[in-house]
Amino acid sequence: MRLVLERRAEQSYWMRYLSPVLAVVLTVFAGAIIFSAQGLAAGPALYIYFIDPLTTLWSLEELVVKAAPLVMIGVGLAVCFRANVWNIGAEGQLTAGALLGAALPILLPSFQSWPVMVLMIMLGAVGGALLGAIPAFLKTRFGANEILTSLMLVYVAQLLLDWLVRGPWRDPKGFNFPKSAAFEGWQLLPTLGDGRVHFGAALAIIAVAVLAVVLGRTLKGFEIRVMGAAPRAGEFAGFSPPRMVWFCFLLSGALAGVAGICEVAGPSGHLQPHISPGYGFTAIIVAFLGRLNPFGVLVAGVMLAISYLGGEAAQVDLGVSDKTAQVFQGILLFFILACDTLILYRPRWVSVAATGKE
Amino acid sequence: MTERIIATTDEAAEQALLTAENIIKKFGDFAAVDDVSLTISPGEIHALLGENGAGKSTLVKMIYGALQPTAGALRWQGRALHLNNPAAARRQGIAMVFQHFSLFDALTVAENVALALPPGPALADLAVKIDAISQEYGLPLSADARVADLSVGERQRIEIVRCLLQDPALLIMDEPTAVLTPQEADQLFRTLRRLAADGCAILYISHRLQEVRELCHTVTILRHGKVVARLDPSVETAATLARHMVGDSIRPVANSPSIDGPEILRLQSLSLPADGPFGVALKDLELSVHGGEIVAIAGIAGNGQSELFASLSGEAPTAAAMISIGGQACGDRDVSGRRAMGAAFVPEERLGHGAVPEFSLSDNVILTRHMADKDLVKSGLLRRSVARRLARRVIDAFDVRKHRLDPEARSLSGGNLQKFVVGRELDRKPRLLIINQPTWGVDAGAAAAIRQALIDLARAGSAVLLISQDLDEIFAIADRIAVISRGQLSSPIAMQETSAEAIGLLMAGAHERRDS
Repeated sequence: MRLVLERRAEQSYWMRYLSPVLAVVLTVFAGAIIFSAQGLAAGPALYIYFIDPLTTLWSLEELVVKAAPLVMIGVGLAVCFRANVWNIGAEGQLTAGALLGAALPILLPSFQSWPVMVLMIMLGAVGGALLGAIPAFLKTRFGANEILTSLMLVYVAQLLLDWLVRGPWRDPKGFNFPKSAAFEGWQLLPTLGDGRVHFGAALAIIAVAVLAVVLGRTLKGFEIRVMGAAPRAGEFAGFSPPRMVWFCFLLSGALAGVAGICEVAGPSGHLQPHISPGYGFTAIIVAFLGRLNPFGVLVAGVMLAISYLGGEAAQVDLGVSDKTAQVFQGILLFFILACDTLILYRPRWVSVAATGKE
Repeated sequence: MTERIIATTDEAAEQALLTAENIIKKFGDFAAVDDVSLTISPGEIHALLGENGAGKSTLVKMIYGALQPTAGALRWQGRALHLNNPAAARRQGIAMVFQHFSLFDALTVAENVALALPPGPALADLAVKIDAISQEYGLPLSADARVADLSVGERQRIEIVRCLLQDPALLIMDEPTAVLTPQEADQLFRTLRRLAADGCAILYISHRLQEVRELCHTVTILRHGKVVARLDPSVETAATLARHMVGDSIRPVANSPSIDGPEILRLQSLSLPADGPFGVALKDLELSVHGGEIVAIAGIAGNGQSELFASLSGEAPTAAAMISIGGQACGDRDVSGRRAMGAAFVPEERLGHGAVPEFSLSDNVILTRHMADKDLVKSGLLRRSVARRLARRVIDAFDVRKHRLDPEARSLSGGNLQKFVVGRELDRKPRLLIINQPTWGVDAGAAAAIRQALIDLARAGSAVLLISQDLDEIFAIADRIAVISRGQLSSPIAMQETSAEAIGLLMAGAHERRDS
């Protein structure tokens, strides 16, 4: 017997939704193998990794805190990837948004009234969009590959942040720790009760709802889908490829920037050299796991948040490396991309006899 | 094996190169090929005739291993043959030139050919071979040209050369002459006859009845997935073949004299620099098209037709004054701006240019009509019900055959998709229609319907500019004809004042200015 892939005449409707489920199942299966190979009992290890984070109120709150930036960045990237614009630098745009948004409380610490929060979020969006504008400009002006430029700008943004918090923006009363002065009052995002769930989660859900309408119901969404599926047909329809590149980078950059300032003005409350555990990169997986569909991204964001929490839990309870979460995320992306083949291809067993002589 | 094999059924089965026995192929509940049997002998040129959607492409894809039959069997030289993929077919000596090419745009001719061959020869050696074969068979090709820069006709030559390099025992050709000039086609026929004389069998798919009569030894006619006739084409007429093929639904094109309307399209020394090293530059094109007439632009593939279409549609903008529609300069407007002026465009490539393959037909209606039809988009929101209604109107008006309510564009056969793409534009009743290769790869029934629709549009007062390589088509429907050759346009001549020979001379470049 031999497995062959047969091209389908049309996309399989079911596989479009079944493929990510299959990918998750395969990831769990691969996880079991990895844990066993490390000499751990697979069942309990998987329980600690995937189920335990869902069992206490504290960890559920933490889940929302981690899912919010993933979803917010993920929907922006979903729009990009739909349009065949490859923004891989959301992590940098997140950093840039956090920097510009944090400039306000750091430079004007005495400015304390409600507009501060609004301005900080808007500056966050502007910061992310500005960093996103660089690859967009290089792509449309010089044809530079946006995958490389956006990715490399991540390190520029991160090093800038590093320099600022160790240099000019360092808290003078901070015992020389590389961090800015702590934000307070209106400089911090409102939270749900006394917990850690902050306003960023609401913004993420708003972003999902708005982009779902845009993608599914508007001419702009149609343009995005055409440009991704058949760029020549898009031009024939009167849509401009450079404008689409700009639109995608500004939108996804702004969303990543908002996620960045929400991270800083929410859970951390100050700038520090590391403000994100790689949300901008993980959001790429979120976008694909979510079928590049805003509602799918919402679900996928929660699932990837589990992988972060599970990673931390596994580190504490099982003594495995803190890189485990990244390994799981990588395996998941691998299986998503592999399973997506099934949308356009049908697997079929062919008997060896039928293969004929070679 | 130089003589043609004429044999009784029993002998034929013994000597047959390829036998198909009761082949069935189902897509869901739809039987695209329904109980078809076929025998091909070495050295035979076997025609497969049928309308689009009759199942020809599906049948040959099974013979080529690209699809597997739902039921039935293939035999190769008497032995059972199971093909899981085209590579297996190629190993047996079955080669195929597809109707839709499978070439990588970013690669060169030689690289594309190398990809289809078993690993081995160095690219440089291959390039030499390609040049030799293309010379020998009159298929001019430059081995290091990039595919993206080549016209459809030139791309097809790559496919043919790629097959010939494999020294096949059975060569399948899916409408090879659709994009060739008469001279090129004649050259191809000589090539094919010689291949047949050497013992290579050829399975020849075409809609052109005349060339099937000239070239082929046997013809199998398919309709709705079933074999309706097996004939000797040399004793049939084009009319009897056509009747078998389409039943009795074929209508002759009813032409009427052109009416004299106002000037609608004017080109004033239209020039466009070449796009890339293999592109064609347009040089000082002058043309005027009036309402009520069809003006045809003839020419060999790759002489500037795609560039001309791009500049007319606005995908390649020029100086404003170079193009006017209805007296208004619009060379600098984009495609939407020109559509708003009442122009409509049908490009040569259906999939990926005229339509988005993975979009439904109703979404493909939005593609070209979101600017012109105000009720399709309301304050930025799409109105899908309007789109579906429009799609249904086009589908009904042009008899687009499909297997479900609102299918993806790519699942339609070539002719049906073309009817849809043309119908989508005609449904707008444009005052100017620019159409490139409207019946390329389209069956006789669909081609007649499209041509009739073009005539009807012109006689209703619109201007039609037809870019075509099919002289039969041009002589059937055009009122005036100009010829494009290496980016230069001859001045148009009224059809009754010219002949195929005169046009042939122009296509060979008789009008080109010597200074270029």
